[in-house]
This record gives sequence, structure tokens and C-alpha cells, in this order.
Amino acid sequence: MEAAMGLMRRIPPKHSEAALSALLSLLPDHSSDLLSQVDQPLQVLCDVDSGKEFILCEYNRDADSYRSPWSNKYHPALEDGPYPSPELRKLEIEANDVFAIYRDQYYEGGISSVYMWEDENEGFVACFLIKKDGSKTAHGRRGYLQEGAWDAIHVIEVGPEEEGTARYCLTSTVMLSLTTKDESSGTFNLSGSIRRQMNMDLSVAEGHLCNMGKMIEEMEGKLRNSLDQVYFGKTKEMVCTLRPPSELVQTRLPDS
Amino acid sequence: MSDDDETVSHLTDKQKIEITKWFLLNSPAGEIQYVAKDIRAILKNEMVYRTAAAEAFPLYNKSHMICLEFPDRSGEVMVTTFNEIDENEYLDPRTAQVAMVDHVKQVCEDTRPANDEELPSSYIEEYRFALDAEIMKYVSEVYPKGVCSVYCVNGKDVEEPGSDFELVVIICAARHSPQNFCNGSWRSIWNMEFKDELQTVEVRGKLKVGAHYFEEGNVQLDANHECKDSTIIQPPDDCAVSLTNIIRHHETEYLNSLQTSYSNLPDTTFKDLRRKLPVTRTLFPWHNTMQFSLTRDIQKNLGLENSK
Repeated sequence: MEAAMGLMRRIPPKHSEAALSALLSLLPDHSSDLLSQVDQPLQVLCDVDSGKEFILCEYNRDADSYRSPWSNKYHPALEDGPYPSPELRKLEIEANDVFAIYRDQYYEGGISSVYMWEDENEGFVACFLIKKDGSKTAHGRRGYLQEGAWDAIHVIEVGPEEEGTARYCLTSTVMLSLTTKDESSGTFNLSGSIRRQMNMDLSVAEGHLCNMGKMIEEMEGKLRNSLDQVYFGKTKEMVCTLRPPSELVQTRLPDS
Repeated sequence: MSDDDETVSHLTDKQKIEITKWFLLNSPAGEIQYVAKDIRAILKNEMVYRTAAAEAFPLYNKSHMICLEFPDRSGEVMVTTFNEIDENEYLDPRTAQVAMVDHVKQVCEDTRPANDEELPSSYIEEYRFALDAEIMKYVSEVYPKGVCSVYCVNGKDVEEPGSDFELVVIICAARHSPQNFCNGSWRSIWNMEFKDELQTVEVRGKLKVGAHYFEEGNVQLDANHECKDSTIIQPPDDCAVSLTNIIRHHETEYLNSLQTSYSNLPDTTFKDLRRKLPVTRTLFPWHNTMQFSLTRDIQKNLGLENSK
């Protein structure tokens, strides 16, 4: 497993799907470990009842069917797939509605889905997913991107309520790829994935959705910022180490 | 075979070799040995690993144009398709030697003097030598850790003016700093076609820049660019100067365009994936989502189905 995770850290992120399926075929015994530890780009299906698209993941899957958050039905239809309790389903519906507005305000497009299920220790787990195609042929408002994909996966474990507070454990992954292409500068592609965790004990007075939403918003801001400033910045630094821009060369010459 | 054994792996050795090669060939610059170590541990099958490595390493080394030091440290040889004599032998025209290379270890094990038929004619060598000298000067000015080489890839036996020939300039700069979780490489290939009839040199450049940062994540830059230019055939020394100027011009322009791509990220390109702030320019009102729910209820009530 360690070696498999080592490979996933080196193979170009745009090939992560191919790398994961190769690892699954080499290590069938570790398939559940691999699937839970390696995030892959999100897929979507269309809900036949509502006509809206929803996102597929391990958390809304049973056998080969996926439950839509809109109609609460499995696609393709499934006899006895698991469902959240009516109370949790109510929160799930609300979360999907509110999160769609949140998504629209930050992403100006894209698809989102929220899934919830009870866990063993009297709490529940929620999974917030966002998929955005920012290419100029899809939801890229500004039309700069030849290709642009952003997949965000937020899984929050919510502990049981104790004296008005609950423990929230958030694990977030962002996978992205962006490509610009033109005559004078060729193709320029940055791709990557990062995963971070955040734990908080919060009063449930304002409701779970408010707490989860704030954590996700803070986390997405941090992830976006570190991708932009740190990760992309480091690759830029590397380019300038390979070939320092001429101003640097000129200013350094008199010293040597 | 029991059921348990079947789940271990259902792949044939041939499929495993293909998968192993895929991982090795997709290693970022300077990282193939790390990838090899991991995939070898996963395979637990030396025969499969060795077969795949023997096929993948030469391809990787040539596409990354790795540079190997001679055993006596008197110089270095680049491993490319342009100076390949056979799979393990690479010509270094600068020292007129042939390097014997172990691809999997990525070392030069031995050298021998090049035969006359492996070297270009003295007429071609004049052009090649002059260009090599100018390129070396240029590379040492702009690439802190750059290496370069000039090969004749067509018409190396041409003895006098009147025929076409082709030189290729290879420039490679690589940085490996695994302790900083960062690796990168700059590779350029410049084909120079000397066309006797038109008395021109047609220049085609292919530039490839890659960078990998992997501290608690995996982010990679993959940038590619191609360009064309031309000049007139002149005596070797003048030709070398004008060809080097063409390369300098295009590579400087390209570096500038990379810088521009980076500076465009925060406000334009990245914004098309996710904005820094919502369209409302204030954080999302999570404490006040009841109003959204109410809106939803109203919409539902106005619609055909009742929310109850």
C-alpha cells in the first residue's frame, strides 16, 4: 500500500484514473484500501425523474446503482438499496438545495451533490461533492481555458451531540487540471490534487448544516489558496531555477 | 487453484509488464528510480520487473535526454535518439567518443574512441563545432545547470557545399531536489535544416518544460511549445552566431510567455474553476439559510406538487 501511495504521488495527476485502475488490477486484495485512499475524478449521471445531473461516488453507490439526491431513487433501479432515515433525508434535501446556491456563487456553474448516511456511533456522515468543467466550451465564464476541471470531495463525520456541541471531522480533496493553449505560447497545463483535514467542536445551536457549510467554505478557500500560492508557485519557482528570467541574470552578473 | 489464489492477480505476465512500463514511462523528470522502487515492491516479481525495466528505461532516458558523466569524469554524454549508435552506445561528438551506457542504472560504464564512419565529415564538423561552441556559451549564460550538444542527423558525409544536411541542437536543464519535494526539467530540441538550393537554414524548435511539487500533494506543470524560424546559410562561424541568436530569442520569448501564463492564473484562468469570493463578494450566509429553504417551499407551493 505504501508503495502504491508513493506511485500516486508521482504519476501526473491527469493520469490518476489510469494509474488507479492499473493498481487495482495489480493489487486486487487492496482494492478497498485503494478506493478509499485514492480519490479519482468524479463522474455524473442524469436523474431521470428530475432531469438534473448528480455526482457519483462510493457513498451513494450500492452494487452498480447510484442514489440520486434529487429523487432519492437508485439509477439504475435497485430493489433494496440503503436509504438515510427520514429525518436525515430531510437534512440531505436541505443541504442539497443550499449547497447548490453556494456552488453557484463560487463556481458560476458546475454540479453539486450532497449525500448523508447514519454511522455506527450515533452520529452521521455527510459527503459534499462539486464538479466543475471550466473549459470555454462548458462553464468557463471567461473563456480562457482549453480544458479545466475542478473536483472537490468533502467528507464530514459528525459525532453525536453532547451538551449542545458536536465534533466535526472534515476531510477534503481537490483535484484539478487547467490547460491554456495558443499559437504564441503553446500548451500550458497545471494539474494536481491535494487533501487536507480539519476538526472542530461546534455548538449545534445554528444547526449542522450551518456548521458544516462554514467549515467547507473555509477549507475550500484554504485549498484554493494553497494550490494557487504554494503549489503553482513552487512549480513556477522551479521554472525560474531552471532558467532564471534575464533581469535576474543581469543583476547577478556584476557581483560575480 | 483455490479461490484465494485467484484474487491475488488475474493478470498475465505480459499485462503486468505493460502496466509496469506505463508507470515507468510516466515518471516525472528525475523520478524514474523512485517509481521503479515502488512498482518493484508492488509486483514482487523480478522477472516481470526486469523485462519491463529493460524496455522502459531506454525510452525514458532518451525522451528525458538524460546526461551521464564519463567514468573518468573527463566529460559527459547526453542520451538521445539523435546520437544513438545502438541501444547502449551514444556518440559524444565534442570529445569524439562513444559512451557505453547502462540504461537501468543510468550510468555511463565505459567509453571508446568513435570510428571515422561514426563522425561527420570535416566540412560538416566545421558547422557543428562552431554551433556547439556558440550554444555552449549561450547555455552557460542562461541555464545555471544546463547541458547541450549538437549532432548531425542528416548528411553527415557531405564533403562540400552543394548538398543538404541537418544539425540538431539539444539543450537540457534539470533540477532534482527531492528534499524540497520538487523536481523539474527544461528540454529543447532545435532542428536546423541546411537547404543548399535555397541557401537557407530552416529552424524548428520543440520546447518542453515540466515541474513537479509533491509535498503533501501532487501538482505538476506540463508545458509544450513549438516554433519555426529561418536564416540564410553563411560561413560556419557566422551561421553559428545567427542560429544561436534565433534560439536565444525564441527561448526568451517562451520563458516570458510561461511567466505570463503564471501571472494570469489568479485573476483569469483559475477564476474560471473557482472564484476566491462568491459573486456577492461576501462569505456565504450559512447562518441564514432558512431564507433559502423558505424560498424553496414557496417555489414548491407555487408548483404543481405540494410540499406536504
